[in-house]
Amino acid sequence: MAGTAVRGRLTWQVAAVDAVTDETASVRTIQLSVPDWAGHQAGQHLDVRLTADDGYRAERSYSIASAPGEPVAITVERLTDGEVSPYLTRELRPGDELEIRGPIGGYFVWPGNDGTAPLLLVAGGSGVVPLRSMLRHRRNSGSTVPVRLLYSARSLPDVIYHAELDQPSRGVEIIYTLTRIQPPGWTGHAGRVDATLLAEAAWSPAEAPVAYVCGPTPFVETAAAGLVALGYPAQRVKTERFGGAEPS
Amino acid sequence: MSPVSRGFHGRRREPEGDAARIPPGQYATADFPVLSAGPTPHTPLGEWSFAIRQSGADAKTWSWPQLTALPADDVTADIHCVTRWSKLDTRWRAVSVDTLLAQVDHQARFVLAFCDGGYTTNLPVADVTGGQAWVAYEYDGQPLPPEHGGPARLLVPHLYFWKSAKWVRGLELLAADEPGFWEQYGYHNYGDPWREQRYADD
Repeated sequence: MAGTAVRGRLTWQVAAVDAVTDETASVRTIQLSVPDWAGHQAGQHLDVRLTADDGYRAERSYSIASAPGEPVAITVERLTDGEVSPYLTRELRPGDELEIRGPIGGYFVWPGNDGTAPLLLVAGGSGVVPLRSMLRHRRNSGSTVPVRLLYSARSLPDVIYHAELDQPSRGVEIIYTLTRIQPPGWTGHAGRVDATLLAEAAWSPAEAPVAYVCGPTPFVETAAAGLVALGYPAQRVKTERFGGAEPS
Repeated sequence: MSPVSRGFHGRRREPEGDAARIPPGQYATADFPVLSAGPTPHTPLGEWSFAIRQSGADAKTWSWPQLTALPADDVTADIHCVTRWSKLDTRWRAVSVDTLLAQVDHQARFVLAFCDGGYTTNLPVADVTGGQAWVAYEYDGQPLPPEHGGPARLLVPHLYFWKSAKWVRGLELLAADEPGFWEQYGYHNYGDPWREQRYADD
């Protein structure tokens, strides 16, 4: 377990909001200008801190959506009962300031130098965000590592980065499954990620793939257990869960 | 001095009385979120054991029936996850680490908890003794579910919850401190939620 540890103190700094982009009806990407950014790895996250005029503060962590070398961006899903996400997805606009610190986390990262081992990315809902950073990093770095992204969304309009994912780089396959609503004529997969779909979509363990699974807890539990059952060594299945990211 | 976030008012204020129990930067949740770096391990109880290791060898081991036959405490504690949720009044059935360490002769100052799946976390002996730490095997009156660390996890509620290692299989007694899994990835070596020790050097 060689640590790619974050060294030195992570200090809060004030970033400027450069642009906001609506990805879906409830998901927004926020691009930031960060004055002192040491650079990040694909898959890391950052902390956001909001301060009300009476001094009340709220902090949350968000996955970084952009690739290493690109302007720092986060993609935030609005949670109905959330405290921070409704502010970030509704109120925040270009020119506003946002306190952040990061990057954070050194385990759920794709360093980009994995040789030829194929990459399996498994996303549930907004779990696609750190995986999108990995896809962009692969593209930007000219990597030819074969990649499959298995992406579970409620419906087609809930697919984040849809236009970008529909134009995959050479060597990247995007496999959607829609769990609640499928449009007329839908030829992709329907229903939740299960053992059958994983057996069909995942690389054979014989190809020594590395898997990154991100999504809500029950999704990650099912997908990670399914990959282990297919023969993936547990050490090659990295997971990130966001169950209960904000309280109900 | 933090800039005021234009238009942010903050919806959540903790109920009177509870606020003092929520460390800085945390919020209370009624959920029990799950965080783990990999797949959930499932070790059959017949193969399970808990070990105190010293100088590279097992100084003492307990099988599942042996561990669960030890005197146990009903523990009610507030827990605080570094990802910012806190959960008040969680209820556990657990064997005190004092009970386990009492059966081993040692002078160690640190322990490294080790787990199924390869996870480790480091703690000072002073923080796992004196009624501050347990090996927990029931949550809320039920066997501890695998996704929450069952069959057994460490419970060290006064530190951030990553120190309460899931799927724990033992403690290695050490003379010198040795960083565990998240501690090597930039998280704080000690992890006191009241001092907001989230990341290295906080």
